[in-house]
Order: sequence, then C-alpha cells, then structure tokens
Amino acid sequence: MEKILEFFLQNREAIFIVILSIFLGIEVISHVPAILHTPLMSGANAIHGVVIIGAIIVLGHADTTGSKIIGFIAVILGTLNVVGGFVVTDRMLEMFKKKK
Amino acid sequence: MSDLPHFSFGIPILELVYVVASVLFVFGLKMLSHPLTARRGNFLAAIGMVSAIVATLLFHRKDGEPIRNIALILVAIVIGTAIGWTIAKRVKMTAMPQLVSFFNGMGGAAAALISILEFPHVSPDLIARTGMANGHVLAILLGLMIGTISWAGSMIAFGKLDGRIGDLRVKAMKYVNLAILLVLIGFIVFIMTRHVNASSELSTYVYMMFALSVVYGVLFVMPIGGADMPVVISLLNSFTGVAAAMGGFLYNNQAMLTGGILVGSAGTILTVLMCKAMNRSLLNVIVGVFGGGGESVATAAGSIREITMSDAAVLLAYSKKVVIVPGYGLAVAQAQHACHELDKLLDEKGVEVKYAIHPVAGRMPGHMNVLLAEADVPYEQLIESDEINPDLPNTDVLVVIGANDVVNPAAEDDPSSPIYGMPIVKARDARNIIVMKRGMGKGYAAIENLLFYNDKTRMLFGDAKATLQNLVNEIKNL
Repeated sequence: MEKILEFFLQNREAIFIVILSIFLGIEVISHVPAILHTPLMSGANAIHGVVIIGAIIVLGHADTTGSKIIGFIAVILGTLNVVGGFVVTDRMLEMFKKKK
Repeated sequence: MSDLPHFSFGIPILELVYVVASVLFVFGLKMLSHPLTARRGNFLAAIGMVSAIVATLLFHRKDGEPIRNIALILVAIVIGTAIGWTIAKRVKMTAMPQLVSFFNGMGGAAAALISILEFPHVSPDLIARTGMANGHVLAILLGLMIGTISWAGSMIAFGKLDGRIGDLRVKAMKYVNLAILLVLIGFIVFIMTRHVNASSELSTYVYMMFALSVVYGVLFVMPIGGADMPVVISLLNSFTGVAAAMGGFLYNNQAMLTGGILVGSAGTILTVLMCKAMNRSLLNVIVGVFGGGGESVATAAGSIREITMSDAAVLLAYSKKVVIVPGYGLAVAQAQHACHELDKLLDEKGVEVKYAIHPVAGRMPGHMNVLLAEADVPYEQLIESDEINPDLPNTDVLVVIGANDVVNPAAEDDPSSPIYGMPIVKARDARNIIVMKRGMGKGYAAIENLLFYNDKTRMLFGDAKATLQNLVNEIKNL
C-alpha cells in the first residue's frame, strides 16, 4: 500500500496529464460523423507517431553499435508512422474537398 | 547567439514547443472531426509534430548532454520520409485500411524498440532506492508489451486486408490468448519484484516478453474476420497511442504523453463508435461470436429470382428515383468508378440517383465515402442511411451492390438474429430491388438474408465491376 501511494506521489503530474488527456480525447471526437471515421483514425494514427521523439532521444544518446543500429531502425519506423500517416490522411481529405 | 542551445535557454524553449505541439494535436484532432476543417486540422497536427521533432533535436538534454549522432538521426528521418511519402502517395484508395494498419504497426514497433534499448539503462540510483518496482520500469515494460502487440497485430491485420492471410478460427484460441496475456502480466510482476543491482541483469526476461508479445499480437488478430478488421485496427491504433505515452512517461516528455494518451482515448472511443454502428460489443468483436454461431436460421420463404441484364437496364433507365446501396463487395471489386459511370448515365436520362451510405459500409466506417469521393461522386449524392430510409417507399429501384448484412431485414424482424437491432438501410421499402452479388454466399454475419427472397427482389449475379460495366453498355444501347 505504502509503495502504491509513494508511486502515485512520485508520478502525480504525469497521472494528472494522463487523466485529463483521456477526457480530452473522448470529448474532442465524440461527435464525429461516420463519414470522417476513416480519416480521423488515420489522423490519430499519425499523431501517435510522436513516438519518434522517443526514438530520436534513444538514438541521440546511443553509444554502442548495437544500440545505434536499433535506434536507427526505431527512428526510421517512427518517421514512417508520422510521414505516412499525415500524407495518407491528407490524400483522403483532399478527395472530399475537390468536388464542387 | 553562437551558443544558442545553452542549457538555461534551451530547456524552457523545448518545453514551450512541447506545450504548443500538444495544443496543436488537440486542435488538429478536433478539426479532423468536422468535414470543413478536417484537412487544415491534419495540417496543424503535422506542424505540431515537425516542431516537436526539430525542438527535440536542437534542445533536448539528458543529464546535461545534448543529442548526439545527429547525422545518423537525419539520415534515418530522410529514409523514413522517402519511404513513407512514396507509399502513402502511390497506394490505391481501396487499400487505405491496410495502409493505416501498416503505419500504425511501424509506430508500435518503434515504441517496442525504445523499450528494449532503455531497459538496461534504468538508473542504478533509482533501483537502489526503490528496487525494480518503479514507474520507469513499469513504463518500459508496458511500452514493450503494448507496442509489440500493436506491431504484430497490425502486421497480421495488414496481411489479412491485403488478402495474404486467411482467417484462423479455433474454439480454444480465446483461452490460449487469455493464458498468454496472464503470463505476460506475470512477467511484468516477476521482473518488477526482482532484487538486482542493475536492470541489465534481467534483459533475458525482457527478450522473452518481447517474443511472447509477438505471439499474442498474432493470435489476437488471427481469428478476427474481414468485416471486423476496422474495429481491430482502430483498437490497435489506440494501443500504439498508449505505447507512445509510455515513452512520454519514461522521458518525462509531455508532448509524447499528451499525444499518446490523446490518441489512446480518442482511438478507444472511435472503436466503440464503430462497434455501435454495427450493433456489436467490443467483446463480441474480439472473442468473435459471429460466423461460428448461426443458431437462428431463418428459413428462406419464396425463391431467388434472377433478372437479365437488359431487363435491369430498362428498369433503371425508365425510373424516376434510384437509390444505390454500395457495400463491401463494391470495394473489393474496385467498382466505384463503374458505379459512378452508371449514376452519371442515369442522371443524363433524367433519373434522380442517390447513394445510401450505411455507417459501416466498406472496409472501414466512412471508407465508402472516401471511395466514392475518389470516383468523383458528388458529396450531396451521398446520404446516410437514417436520412434516406423515410424516402425509400418513393424509390422506384434500389440497387444493392455488394452489400448484404446492412440491408438484411432480420435486423428489424428477427429478435433471435445476431444482427437484430443493428440500424439498416430499409431496402425492402423500395418498389423494386436489384441485388448485385457475386454468388449466393452469406454476408459476414453468416446469416440468411430474406431480402433476396422478397417478391420485389431480382438478383444480378457476377463481379460487381463487370456487371456494372455491362449494365452501363446496355443502358447506352437502349
């Protein structure tokens, strides 16, 4: 019990952010029309590409060849997620716009 | 200005950029949920992402040390951008769902790799103080597990949607999956309760966890059928969000934390919304009660009647109001362009053509809109099923193209049917019904569709694309 409370105290800021972000995420998209489900999923997919920052940090402090190689791959994969995600979402949304 | 990225200067800027990036993510997501602002929203979120990346490269410090290996990082980013951009630009619109799944898997894999690299480096001070039971270790292990499951699952989903992998349904599978999940949690508890001097002593267990997570991810998605794949992708999408957030926890990085959790929760809600549109519970999708059951077999009353191509052409060309109900089959046959040709031709002949779009038509919710938009079908012609239903009794011909469960009257009539209660396009209200179908196979729910036996229904068997093209030619020759 003591350990859990201590854990909470040590990480209270992060826990706050997590809880508020959960509500925010729910609130922000709860009224989305069905036609936008696919682009929205794709857009959200691009946003979690933010994991690339972690990959950059890892590679940025890597010393051994092994960790450099793995970090290098991680950055490539993260970039794929970010770039691919945003570009594909844009392509989908472009189609909605072009007719008039 | 020469020593611009100085410690006392760079850190506040970095944090400030992270705040701005988080706000842009929220705004981007918000704007993505409205048709008019969606594209700008996507762009805003992208700006947030780029600024967070640049600021990290310039200003990030770990124990006072700046980011090294900059050249290597930039090369990796260039490679990733080139590949990602090319794939995203080249892929066909019908292949969109598997592409989203693929990119999602890449993010999950990145999160898993970060965890693998960070695990041996948990600060010895922290371990001396708290043992292995601390937030860092937990974030690393959860990031590894969730990221890996997301990666493996997404790759299987990708393979399935691309038609490379079939379904695998074994009754015992859910127990196996549950067991693996318990073992994984057991691993986390085991690792966190060890007493060691350095976390690297436990690396072997982490590799074992990685391997087991891959197995779990594969088995988790294997039994899930094609029509449910969007729900799974959406779920895996939120998994990757959570995995990214674990990285934010680890590095005390607010951009990663907010971005990841935001997607985690938005993705979960989106998953639930998708399930609702299909009148299924999430548990149903995951455990997969569809397909195997079939306990309620409504016996077919009446018989199947076919219609010839020329009769169909005459029927369509001389009606006033036509409603097209496109479905999964249209997407698979890539018949959206042929379909638009038909509607243009009918329009020239003075027939009013509308499309009835069921929320879950296609391979992903909203996918049908994207596909028809690609074929230049005007936005105004696409009507959501709830809105068009009252209009159907005045509709001369309703054309069902490759849709099945979304027009099945059992959803209204048969309380024992697995799809009972699902909102449908009330196809049988129309005066005449033409059903284009590949064969007499059942829909994903594997139940009989009484609409096909309705007196007003005529069947037109064949590949949707070829049938539509033939139909267009017939009408032209009238």
